[in-house]
Amino acid sequence: MVPGAFNYYRPDTVDDVIGLLGEWGDDARVIAGGHSLIPVMKQRLSDISHLIDLGGVEALKGIIIDGGTVTIGAMTTQHELITNDALASAAPIIREASLQIADPQVRYLGTIGGNVANGDPANDMPGLMQTLGATYHLAGPNGGRTVAARDFYEAAYFTAREDDEILTAVSFAATSGGYAYEKQKRKIGDYATAAAGVLLTMHGGSCSAASVALTNLSDTPVYCTDAVDILVGSSVDDEAVAAAVKAAVDVSDPVADTRGPVDFKKYVAGVIVKKAIESARSRA
Amino acid sequence: MNEATPPKEERTAALSGLGTSRKRVEDARFTQGKGNYVDDLKMPGMLFGDFVRSPYAHARVKSIDTEKAMALPGVHAVLTAADLEPLGLHWMPTLAGDKQMVLADGKVLFQAQEVAFVVADDRYAAADGVAAVKVEYEELPVLVDPFKAESDGAPVLREDIADQTEGAHGPRRHPNHIFTWESGDREATEAVLAEADVVAEEMIYYHRTHPCPLEPCGCVASMDKVNGKLTVWGTFQAPHAVRTVASLISGIAEHNIRIISPDIGGGFGNKVGVYPGYVCSIVASIVTGVPVKWIEDRSDNLMATAFARDYWMKGRISATKDGKITGLHCHTTADHGAFDACADPTKFPAGFMNICTGSYDIPTAYLAVDGIYTNKAPGGVAYRCSFRVTEAAYFIERMIEILAIKLGMDAAELRVKNFIKKDQFPYQSALGWEYDSGDYHTGWDKALKAVGYEDLRKEQAARVEAFKRGETRMLLGIGLSHFTEIVGAGPVKNCDILGLGMFDSCEIRIHPTGSAIARLGTISQGQGHATTFAQILASEIGLPAEDITLEEGDTDTAPYGLGTYGSRSTPVAGAATAMAGRKIRAKAQMIAAYLLEVHDNDLEWDVDRFVVKGSPERFKTMKEIAFASYNQAIPGVEPGLEAVSYYDPPNMTYPFGSYICVMEINVDTGTTEIRQVYALDDCGTRINPMIIEGQVHGGLTEALAIAMGQEIAYDEQGNVTTGTLMDFFVPTAVETPNYQTDYTVTPSPHHPIGAKGVGESPNVGGVPAFSNAVHDAFRAFGLTQSNMPHDHWRIWKTAQSLGLHD
Ligand SMILES: Cc1cc2nc3c(=O)[nH]c(=O)nc-3n(C[C@H](O)[C@H](O)[C@H](O)COP(=O)(O)OP(=O)(O)OC[C@H]3O[C@@H](n4cnc5c(N)ncnc54)[C@H](O)[C@@H]3O)c2cc1C
Repeated sequence: MVPGAFNYYRPDTVDDVIGLLGEWGDDARVIAGGHSLIPVMKQRLSDISHLIDLGGVEALKGIIIDGGTVTIGAMTTQHELITNDALASAAPIIREASLQIADPQVRYLGTIGGNVANGDPANDMPGLMQTLGATYHLAGPNGGRTVAARDFYEAAYFTAREDDEILTAVSFAATSGGYAYEKQKRKIGDYATAAAGVLLTMHGGSCSAASVALTNLSDTPVYCTDAVDILVGSSVDDEAVAAAVKAAVDVSDPVADTRGPVDFKKYVAGVIVKKAIESARSRA
Repeated sequence: MNEATPPKEERTAALSGLGTSRKRVEDARFTQGKGNYVDDLKMPGMLFGDFVRSPYAHARVKSIDTEKAMALPGVHAVLTAADLEPLGLHWMPTLAGDKQMVLADGKVLFQAQEVAFVVADDRYAAADGVAAVKVEYEELPVLVDPFKAESDGAPVLREDIADQTEGAHGPRRHPNHIFTWESGDREATEAVLAEADVVAEEMIYYHRTHPCPLEPCGCVASMDKVNGKLTVWGTFQAPHAVRTVASLISGIAEHNIRIISPDIGGGFGNKVGVYPGYVCSIVASIVTGVPVKWIEDRSDNLMATAFARDYWMKGRISATKDGKITGLHCHTTADHGAFDACADPTKFPAGFMNICTGSYDIPTAYLAVDGIYTNKAPGGVAYRCSFRVTEAAYFIERMIEILAIKLGMDAAELRVKNFIKKDQFPYQSALGWEYDSGDYHTGWDKALKAVGYEDLRKEQAARVEAFKRGETRMLLGIGLSHFTEIVGAGPVKNCDILGLGMFDSCEIRIHPTGSAIARLGTISQGQGHATTFAQILASEIGLPAEDITLEEGDTDTAPYGLGTYGSRSTPVAGAATAMAGRKIRAKAQMIAAYLLEVHDNDLEWDVDRFVVKGSPERFKTMKEIAFASYNQAIPGVEPGLEAVSYYDPPNMTYPFGSYICVMEINVDTGTTEIRQVYALDDCGTRINPMIIEGQVHGGLTEALAIAMGQEIAYDEQGNVTTGTLMDFFVPTAVETPNYQTDYTVTPSPHHPIGAKGVGESPNVGGVPAFSNAVHDAFRAFGLTQSNMPHDHWRIWKTAQSLGLHD
């Protein structure tokens, strides 16, 4: 398995990237860590004649935490997400989730931008960004714009990003309270059979804010509005948890694959969501 | 005359001979990335070949248009069956007496089958060429279920032999039927079963999987048109056999063919057979006049080269009320895929499946195997086992568990009751084998004690109660397995491959300064031959192992042998090595007698020297003798010190072992956690304990993979759904549990050093241990049988079907 021939570019600025995308249109593709894109190219599943490496664009790198807002450049690697201590205190769920992605070798190269822009329902970061209610920053020929992560995903590999745009950063409010990212997989380096992210804030024994989202349980990541509505205002007792779990499983829509049939996946989704809620509750 | 002789122990230790945990001499290069694998080979002008493969499992090939591909820069040739036909090479013989298409001849019979071979400047240009070849297919109905092969309206797969009612292994009753192979006494077995107190019956499926060596298959073929010599470097587990086969099918004289197996990154049976890639590379080199390389990628390897297992084993086992086994009946439906390309000795189309009476004294037994064609890849190789022994071991170890359930008996106790006893060896099995030696009870007791078996059963019972009370969702499984292997094929009187007797060989040359080179007919693929065979020799001839170079794999220099698979290297080539060493020693004794001016019989061997009996101060060391053999004119003795031995083993060897796995199972998620794996092996004399331990770890990890998730799965259309490492389970360090190894030593009575072979035991014994643990966890809830691999969803389904999910 080897890719077809392509031209390679390594621009320094976002403008240059946009310029190249404009020039080559459909035949061009940006590459970040390459750990989703290169396998696709090797299988010759898509024809890419112009590859634009984002690795030289300094402006896309780095983690900024400012006044309760966290901004992460698209080219920040999963490894950097894990090792950044300031990020771990501003949003500890990021480290917990990142540690469950692939393996160290993949994480040294795989980026947050590539992971969320890819549009693969199996990626963990899109679900995580639903949980965090993140905002995606896009740059294109007409300048920048933002899209809510919860509005970004349309179907598998289809997103709100235009072909001539790139994702420059994600941002979200620093979290407080309980958090958890739970994932079942077959082995290290595997995508999720089912995964869920949960944030929970408790006030005087009652849940004041919550967030629940699913990974690889539909053709897009799923933000579970009903589950959130059940949890908020409840004491997150067994009954509320059971109802929230049921609501989350109800909006899941997995497909059968080598990880298992649909009934199994839905069942495991329930187990994982429950585990995530309970873990978040114990930390809230 | 000589200075004081160091003590025996000191001199023995200096040899690093038998029983020493000598570090592997191969590792210096492997751990530094300095190995020399076939893909490392680069030659001037070398071209690269790659296959156009079928996307369909069954289709007629209407046309192949190579024009666009040929027009691409860097593409030199595109071979199709039409190009090979004039050479008679569009089909090739398989090791199982069938034939196989080299390139699609009118139709394709499995997904990823080779359709055309593109030869280009490099692998990129070749891949471009592959993408540019246009093949027009007409899809045909697909057969993936061997049980539907003979039903009305089943598609006929092999039109080439549809009318042949006689195959390589006897009558064929249907175009999709390959052979029926029987062993044992059918009538007597039926009679025993009919009258038995208790009969347990079950279908045991051992799913299709794949050896998946780290390095896939490949070769470089180089036809030197000036001197008429063909050299092929490749991933060959049996280089000499490949040379003979290449000569027979190509018509090139055998002395003009040189086959070289360089370093090989694992074989596990996958590299025994002959593949279309080898044939096409050779033809392409002849056509282009330059070397041609072909290297599979991972998916090619998983989807097209030899698979393993895929046996449906219907068993019936009978016993008295108190658990004495009286009879065993097994009917196996063997899914061989599109061509019968199993790598078994000729007389054994289902390998040594008739070792399926296992470790038990079963007086009456019968086995029948039906080979069936389906639209799947060919193969059926011994994946780290001796010819279907792992299927046989899995079958009997499941049947024992199922019988124990039926009898309401503890499965460990049932085994003890039926083990062949120590004093019954050599033991004649009902299916025709003579087990050479064994002591099953001793190892089994040791194993049960080591894991604290009785306490484990108590803990398990308590867990079941806690589960029923709703206090836990975790079950505890105790997986027992006692296996008996049959390895070291084999005696020439009943073992051959394509007519080549399965002896093996060793040739030794001692150099003047007392170091040596030994060459063998086998080939290491990671087993550490260069380390262990030097140790055998060190003990035999009294030269330090580190002074002995081992060489294998070059047919121009190594003596003829049948290669490395089926744990045969130590039993057969290891025996040849010892025997050649003894020839050296016999000659050395004559030389020493001359030098010491005594009669041969006045000398005795002492570790590394010959000593005059009764005069310990008078001796000649092997080093001195070596030099003398080159510089003394000894009457009646030829100069030099060399020997060669071709060893035809009188019998197989029968390694055995007791394996126990303790496993925690989550009934809601289907996930498992392995708490303990205890593996006691008896491989006879132990040559290098550290290498044995390494082999056991590796084999157990493969067994874990197979039992818990590894499979080659097909959908209804014959598409492989597990064709990459994302879905084909290969455990990483994280999934690999800690292993506790142990041993007993029961030497083989007929092997020169008593060694039996160990490399495959852990795969054979490990799969039932892991699988039995899963089954055992659910025993209290009524489970008798479920199918491997026990991945999360299958375990969940089991729990679901037993009503454990509310
Ligand atoms: C063995 C293995 C296991 C893995 N397991 C997991 C897992 O468990 N969970 C998980 O989430 N992921 C997993 N991954 C994927 C990994 O995390 C990838 O690195 C990640 O999905 C993509 O990031 P990347 O930087 O490699 O992107 P690339 O592969 O370079 O790009 C992916 C896609 O996104 C586009 N893209 C990249 N950056 C941008 C940008 N800034 N703007 C617009 N488009 C962009 C590219 O054009 C491409 O289409 C695994 C990968 C491997 C190889």
